[in-house]
Amino acid sequence: MEYGSVAFEAVTATIKILFLVLGFLMPLASLLTWAERRQSAMMQDRLGPNRANIGPIKAWGITHFLADALKFIFKEDYVPGKAHKFFFMWAPIMAMAPALIVAAIIPFGPALCWGQLTEKIADGVCAQPVPLQIARLDIGLLFYFAISSLAVYGATLAGWASHNKWAMMGGLRASSQMMSYEVTMGMAVLGAFLVYGSLELGEIVSKQAQVLSIDSFTSSWGIFLQPLGFVLFLTAAIAETKRTPFDIPEGEPEIIGYFVEYSGMRFGMFFLGEFLEIITSSAIMISLFFGGWHWGASVDGFLAAHLPNWLFVLAMFGLWTVKIVVFCMFQLLIRWSLPRFRSDQLMRLGWQRLLPISIANVVVTALIILMAQSWK
Amino acid sequence: MAVGVKVVNRPGSLSQQMFLPAIAEGLGVTFRHFMKNFFGNVTGNRAKTDIATIEYPEQKKAYPERFRGLHRLMLRDDGQVRCVACMMCPTVCPAHCITIVAEEAPDGSIEKRPAIFEIDELRCVVCGLCAEACPCDAIRMDTSEHAHPTYRRVDAILDKQELMSRGTASSAVQGGVGGFWREKVASAPQTPPSGDVAPLGPPPGATPMADLNRK
Repeated sequence: MEYGSVAFEAVTATIKILFLVLGFLMPLASLLTWAERRQSAMMQDRLGPNRANIGPIKAWGITHFLADALKFIFKEDYVPGKAHKFFFMWAPIMAMAPALIVAAIIPFGPALCWGQLTEKIADGVCAQPVPLQIARLDIGLLFYFAISSLAVYGATLAGWASHNKWAMMGGLRASSQMMSYEVTMGMAVLGAFLVYGSLELGEIVSKQAQVLSIDSFTSSWGIFLQPLGFVLFLTAAIAETKRTPFDIPEGEPEIIGYFVEYSGMRFGMFFLGEFLEIITSSAIMISLFFGGWHWGASVDGFLAAHLPNWLFVLAMFGLWTVKIVVFCMFQLLIRWSLPRFRSDQLMRLGWQRLLPISIANVVVTALIILMAQSWK
Repeated sequence: MAVGVKVVNRPGSLSQQMFLPAIAEGLGVTFRHFMKNFFGNVTGNRAKTDIATIEYPEQKKAYPERFRGLHRLMLRDDGQVRCVACMMCPTVCPAHCITIVAEEAPDGSIEKRPAIFEIDELRCVVCGLCAEACPCDAIRMDTSEHAHPTYRRVDAILDKQELMSRGTASSAVQGGVGGFWREKVASAPQTPPSGDVAPLGPPPGATPMADLNRK
């Protein structure tokens, strides 16, 4: 198999997809279902689920996610009599699939040097690179927006197809909320596009090689270039994942939400889809604002000079995973700290506060870039 | 407007309207709790954490001294049941959960004893009237045990043997084989008999019911 041939591309892409979905996203999302309950318990001075075990192996109850999956599988798969069977069946898939699809554009490590896997490549110049990114799309983040906005169909369809008033309310709330916050989300990253001059995530990540550099300021992490953009994007991303403080589509004490009629593994798919969205939105945020897999030029350079290429890539992937886990835990922290917005407050915040601020952020960023260019 | 709407104009500074300082403060509180509990729990140093959870089957909280638990039948010094089948407890029982069938005791000074003594723990409302009504400290509810879960209803009906298996010798004075009761008071041990099987009974140092009876 020759480097660069179609067969090579197809095989590497398949391996990357299998690795990312089966080896990273699904296990991490499953673990997050346990981590969320355990972390929230610790925050509230409780212990949380710590009992599931396989024989003597207990490991703080980490196998709870297996027990949950087993329970979901063996639960009755109930479909309400007046539900629209077809859409009722497809809604969970529609809710979960987008979160998996958007993972295609996430760069999760430095490029593997094909043919030089066991050599130390200090200067980073690679003859035959295999980028650790499933698809290098030039439209990049537009793909993310296009696909992630499809997730709203899952929620809305679930609400409509259930033939249940409360589910319907949840679906309506979900659609209005997600459409409103998509606008802010898109506007929030426009500033980052202007700064890095690209939409492609791999390109954006490669431009954040330094953590914070005074000499070449534009090669710093996005958080220093676009702090306001990050706050706006984070807010909108949490609203997109429909989690507290933006969980009015679920709103357990009032309407339970669009998945009120779902049970068993179908509910499990909504549940898992939510956590997948947390992971992918964390990955997008890290790629845009926290340097992707970069940990600063000194760390990257040291590891690249002292480790063979395959081990270097593995180490950087591991360090990237650390960033992802920290971000996911931060999102869980927010979810268990803040109260829920009311529906009208949510709309006011989205349209009257966040949107004008995000537009102002774009304008100010553009002006500064224009001034900096004309100064030279 | 048909429905009265009261507009509450909440004043607030810019930092209040931005939510961000308050959010940061709130996240700080929860994060502090998380870190303290997480590291205390991982290092096994539970005492340093704020965790209030009692891991029930392994850890049990001591019940108050007067907690009414599972019944038990107390024993005489020679191991016989103290009950004289006077029928006070089934009479007073509001739930009709006590069944006693009396028989003649071989010891002539006792006259009666229960041939069958059954308590249906499913019917019992745990009011404690039986123990209060008992004239000879034969039935007690001081085991601090809950009614045990069973797979069959019939297993929740405790028979005489079962009730006596939790029983201990009572130091309260009663007739029957042995010395005259006045001498028995004088020679009775000042401490209650050891070997009390109740795992979560009253804490040491508490006045046992037997001592209260003697006053």
